[in-house]
Amino acid sequence: MRALRVVVTAIVVAFLLGPLVVVAVVSINENRYMDFPPEGFSLSWYAQMVTDPAWRAAILRSLVIATASAALAVSIALPLAYALRTYRVRLAPVLYALGILPFMLPPVISALGAQVFWNATGHIGRIENVIVAHAIFFSTLPLITISLAMESMDPSLPEAARTMGADQRTTFRTVTLPLLVPSMVTGFAAAFVLSLNEYIIAFLVAGFSVETLPIKIFNSLRYGFTPTIAAVTVVFILIATTVFSLFAIFGNLLRFLGADPGVLERAEAGR
Amino acid sequence: MSERRAADARAWVVLAYPVAMLGVFFLGPFLIMLAASFYRRIPGGFYEPAFVLDNWKQLLSELFVDRALFSLRVSLLAGWLAVLVAFPFTYALTTMPRRRQVALLVLVLSSLSLSEVIVGFSWSVLLGRAAGISNILVWLGLMDEAEAYAPGFWAVMLGLLSIAFPYCVLTMYPPLSRLDREVTEAAQMLGASPWRTFWTVVVPIARPTIVAGFLLVFVFTLGSYLISAILGRPEHWTVSVFISDQASFNANVPFAAAMALFLTIVSLAIVGAVLWFERRAAAREG
Repeated sequence: MRALRVVVTAIVVAFLLGPLVVVAVVSINENRYMDFPPEGFSLSWYAQMVTDPAWRAAILRSLVIATASAALAVSIALPLAYALRTYRVRLAPVLYALGILPFMLPPVISALGAQVFWNATGHIGRIENVIVAHAIFFSTLPLITISLAMESMDPSLPEAARTMGADQRTTFRTVTLPLLVPSMVTGFAAAFVLSLNEYIIAFLVAGFSVETLPIKIFNSLRYGFTPTIAAVTVVFILIATTVFSLFAIFGNLLRFLGADPGVLERAEAGR
Repeated sequence: MSERRAADARAWVVLAYPVAMLGVFFLGPFLIMLAASFYRRIPGGFYEPAFVLDNWKQLLSELFVDRALFSLRVSLLAGWLAVLVAFPFTYALTTMPRRRQVALLVLVLSSLSLSEVIVGFSWSVLLGRAAGISNILVWLGLMDEAEAYAPGFWAVMLGLLSIAFPYCVLTMYPPLSRLDREVTEAAQMLGASPWRTFWTVVVPIARPTIVAGFLLVFVFTLGSYLISAILGRPEHWTVSVFISDQASFNANVPFAAAMALFLTIVSLAIVGAVLWFERRAAAREG
């Protein structure tokens, strides 16, 4: 059993790491073709990623879209999660399902929906179309993190504020909201990272005029390989790993991912 | 009664904005898609308002039925394979010391956040002839000549699994970490081997978790676009590739809308059916 555990873990780690390692190796290859074993060492592909205006523009565009759409997603999720937990709304299950549904369905459906929607309005090929489409699609993530935080919040805290004379608005601003900030940040981060990597929605909504980074990578792949793709990939991997490692260091990553506190204590003791 | 109504009114003040956003930008597109699916297509990339059933009839065309069945088979297989590896892995993960759990979960989260285009590219490198696994084997002297494994069916499957696997692990992690250790300890105290404990105690208790992981991978891979476009030949393209190609390159939006609505119905029906069976089974066991 112990041996099997080691084998399964090793297979999974190899499976997850394998592609990343190969890409990292290709990205520092001196020559412009993919070669194995690599020949020479060069960081020129990383330099090109920043100096080439087309790559730089795509990276910046993707960062703008990810930031704006993640903020918009949180702004949609926060009042929804708050109201469904605070008031007894009769339609609560329906409204919660409405918030969960976009992310549950295959993204091509949201993608096509957003395309026909913006076509119908005549407002075509604009960056804000992508931002709104991403915000709706990824609003499910902050909705889940904020709802979980609302659920685990001690109800006596806002109650105490109310008893001491604070009105609903003051209670929300001074008690509930500060307690929700961590879940808002994690929801934002999840939406941000996934938006940065999203392809099909961005492509169908405005793929020919707003070239995001994933679209740029895919287009470059179509016209043949350049090691710049590998360099960009490595940077993305580093960004994601850094963000999640910071979570692990400054927050309780395992708790956030839903681990049981008691089990965690035991795991701690067993170390 | 009036107090209830006042509370309702306050709730709707808060809810107005999120519900309006979801209504306009999520439900709105569905209504437009529904309308567009009955429009008449004008060759050359346009469509005009009409009420024709041609687009829905086209769902019966061999081309679409072929793609849909292929996608269904691929997603079912991917679901099974993912669960087969993810379940024992996640179970093992929850029994590890905390630091190792964090390290492995950071790896899982990092690969989860990789774009499909990057995962597809990585596997095409790894499985390709120029700088992949077969080159390492040649280099080690285990193989005579480098071979290309991509594009191909198993390349698509590997790509889909690396996209879906992290989500599968994250779905299974909370329930498995909450699994009552006293139960497994009791089984072992009574003399069951760890292996036997796993099969006769852990797996039956965690069945809803396994179903949830399977469903997630199923729905997820059904929607995957880039993996099959990068790692597969046209015969390996999934229904998502077919739909978006119809919408963008063939400029046949009405047909694409009909297919998207059909895919919505199928996804919801499959998820609903599995949840219903699961609930019935749970109710029967009491």
